[in-house]
Amino acid sequence: MGIHATEVTAEHGRGRTADSEDAPLLQVKDLHVEFRTRDGLAKAVNGVNYSVRAGETLAILGESGSGKSVSSQAVMGILDSPPGFVTGGEIVFKDQDLLKLSSEQRRKIRGTQMAMIFQDALSSLNPVHTVGTQLGEMFRVHRGTSKAEAKKKAVELMERVGIPAAKERVNQYPHQFSGGMRQRIMIAMALALEPDLIIADEPTTALDVTVQAQVMELLADLQREYNMGLILITHDLGVVADVADKIAVMYAGRIVETAPVHELYKRPAHPYTRGLLDSIPRLDQKGQELYAIKGLPPNLLRIPSGCAFNPRCPMAQEICRSEVPPLHAVTEADGAPIEGRGSACHFWKETIHG
Amino acid sequence: MGRYVIRRLLQMIPVFIGTTFIIFAMVHALGDPVAALFGDKAPDPAVAAQIRQQLGLNDPLIVQYGNYMKGIFTGDLGTTFSGQPVTELLKTAYPTTLKLTLVAFTFEVIIGIGLGVISGMRRGKLADTGVMVMTLIVISIPTFVIGYVLQYLFGVKWGIADATVPEGAPIQSLILPGIVLASVSLAYVARLTRTTIAENSKADYVRTAVAKGLPRRRVVTHHLLRNSLIPVITFLGTDLGALMGGALVTERIFNIHGVGYYLYQGILRQNTPTVVGFVTVLVIVFLLANLLVDLLYAVLDPRIRYA
Ligand SMILES: Nc1ncnc2c1ncn2[C@@H]1O[C@H](COP(=O)(O)OP(=O)(O)OP(=O)(O)O)[C@@H](O)[C@H]1O
Ligand code: SF4
Ligand SMILES: [Mg+2]
Repeated sequence: MGIHATEVTAEHGRGRTADSEDAPLLQVKDLHVEFRTRDGLAKAVNGVNYSVRAGETLAILGESGSGKSVSSQAVMGILDSPPGFVTGGEIVFKDQDLLKLSSEQRRKIRGTQMAMIFQDALSSLNPVHTVGTQLGEMFRVHRGTSKAEAKKKAVELMERVGIPAAKERVNQYPHQFSGGMRQRIMIAMALALEPDLIIADEPTTALDVTVQAQVMELLADLQREYNMGLILITHDLGVVADVADKIAVMYAGRIVETAPVHELYKRPAHPYTRGLLDSIPRLDQKGQELYAIKGLPPNLLRIPSGCAFNPRCPMAQEICRSEVPPLHAVTEADGAPIEGRGSACHFWKETIHG
Repeated sequence: MGRYVIRRLLQMIPVFIGTTFIIFAMVHALGDPVAALFGDKAPDPAVAAQIRQQLGLNDPLIVQYGNYMKGIFTGDLGTTFSGQPVTELLKTAYPTTLKLTLVAFTFEVIIGIGLGVISGMRRGKLADTGVMVMTLIVISIPTFVIGYVLQYLFGVKWGIADATVPEGAPIQSLILPGIVLASVSLAYVARLTRTTIAENSKADYVRTAVAKGLPRRRVVTHHLLRNSLIPVITFLGTDLGALMGGALVTERIFNIHGVGYYLYQGILRQNTPTVVGFVTVLVIVFLLANLLVDLLYAVLDPRIRYA
C-alpha cells in the first residue's frame, strides 16, 4: 500500500512539473564543433552528449585539448568564431534550442540565465576598471540599474562571496586583490543576476592549493543556496570527488564515460578513466612510481580511426581500430541497469567487471 | 604622484643643460658668425674684431654658455645680431607652429585611430587591406614629397586649398599642411591601433565581457578600446615632439613663418642666440610633453602607480 501511494505521488509530481523539474536544465545533444584553421580542420568536439539539472553538479574531466573548454564555450555562445564553428547538434536550455536563437537572443541569456567563471581571474577581469564597475556592469546593462544602485549591489555581492571590507575595496582594481579574492570576484560576477546555470572552467587551477579548497567550497555552497546547475570543468580528479554529482570524461572531443561520481572512482568502465585514476598520487602507494597513460593526446587534425584512444589503450583489440564504440549503457554483471552510467568502449564489460 | 612629478622635473635639469650645451657648441662649430653676417663679402678685419668683442665671441665657449644660461633665467634669451630680442621672434614664431602642430595632431588622433579601429576590427577584410596598403605607401614616401605633391594637386592644379599659407596662418589654410605633417604619424598610429585592437580582442577580459552578455558595442567601447588605446596614447605623446620637428619641414613647403622659418634663417646666418633660443624652447616642450605622457599613462592604466 505504502509503495503504491509513493508511486501515485510520483506520477502526480511528474504530471505537474514535467517541464520545470524533470526535464534537465541543459541538455547537450550530439554537439559538434570544428576549427577551420590554416593547417586544416581541427575537430575539437565530436558528438558530445550530456545533461545538467537544477541543483546538480556535472564535472567534465579530461586531458588538455580534449575539448572541455570548447564544448562549454559553444554552450555559452562565446566560441571564437571564426575559426570555431558549431557544425551539428542541439543545445537545449530550458526547453529551447539555443542554436536556433538569434545572436541577440543568446546575448540576453548570457549573464542573466547562464554565466561562466574562467580559470585565470587576473587576465579575465579588465585591468583598467574597478571591480565595482565590472560587477555593477551586470546590473547596469541587463537591469538598467542606476550607477549608485549598481555599486551598492556590487558591494553586497562582494560581501556574499566573503571579501572583507567590501565597501572600501569595491573601488579597487583587480591587480590589487590576491588570486583567491580575484576568483571570488569572478564568482560574484557570475552569480550577480542569479543565473540558472554556471559553467566554471577550471576555476581553481590558477590558485594556491590552500586557497583552492576555500574557493571550491564557496562555489559549492552558493550553488546549493541558489539551486543552480553547475558544470565544473577540470583535469584534477581530486577536486571533483567532493563536489560533483556526476562526471563526464572527455577524450578527443567525445565523452567516453559518464557516471555518478562515486561509481566512477570505485570502478571505472573505460580504460582511459582507469588510466586517469591510476595516475593520481595516493598516500598508500607512497614511494612507488606513478602510473602515467602512455603516449600523447591525439592530433585533432588526424583523429585515429575507430576508438580514438586505441593507440594508447592497453586493452586495444583489432575491432578498436576499425569501429567507433558507441556509448554503451553500463550494467551490473547480471545485467541490472546502473543509473547514469555509460562507457564508449567495446570492452566496457571486461573493464568494469573483469 | 606629487613626489614623482617633482623628481621628474628635477631630472629635467641635467637633460636641459646637456642638450642646450650641445646645441650651443654645435652652432659654434658651424663657423664664424661674424663672417656669415657679411654674407659673401669679406668683412673688414678691424670691424669684425670689434663686433666679436661686443658679442663676447672671444670668450671661451664655456664662458659664453655660462653667460647665456644666466640670461635664460632672467628671461633674456639674447638678441639676434640684427638687434631684435630673441623672445620677440619666439613670440611671433611659436604660436604659428603650435597651431600647425595642433591641426596635424587632431588629424593624427581622429583619422589615425579611426582607421586603426576599422582595420583592427575587420582583419583580413577589404577595408583592412586598404588601410594597410595606404599606410605603407605613406610611410615609405618621404614627407616632403607628399607635401609637394599635395601642394601641387590641391593648391595649384585644382585650387581647392591654399598653396602657401598667408601671414597670420588662419586655421583653414593650415588644413592641407596639417594633413601633410600628420601623414606619417597618422599611418603609424593607424597601424599601431590595428595591432593592439587585434591583440586585445583575443584577451581573456574581452571574452569575459562577451560572456557577461554585454552588447557588442559596449564590449568594444568599454573594454576593448579602453585597453587598446593605452599604447597608442603613449605613442601619440612621444610623437608630439616629433611632430613639432616635422613642422619645420612642412613650414618650408608651405612657406609658413613659424619656428622652422626662423630657425632656418638663424642657421643660415649662424645666429647663435636665435638657434639656441628656439631649440631650447623645443627641448622644454618635448620634455614637458614626455612628462605629460607618463602621467597620462598612469591615469589610463591603474596598474601603473608612480612613487
Ligand atoms: N581558437 C582556436 N583556434 C583553433 N583551435 C582551437 C581554438 N580553441 C581551441 N582549439 C582547439 O580545440 C582543442 C580543444 O581545446 P579546449 O580548449 O577545449 O581544450 P581543453 O579540454 O579545455 O584543454 P585544457 O585542459 O588545456 O583547457 C584544442 O586542442 C585546440 O586544438
Ligand atoms: S574501445 Fe578498444 S581502444 Fe577504445 S578504450 Fe575500449 S578497449 Fe581501448
Ligand atoms: Mg580548457
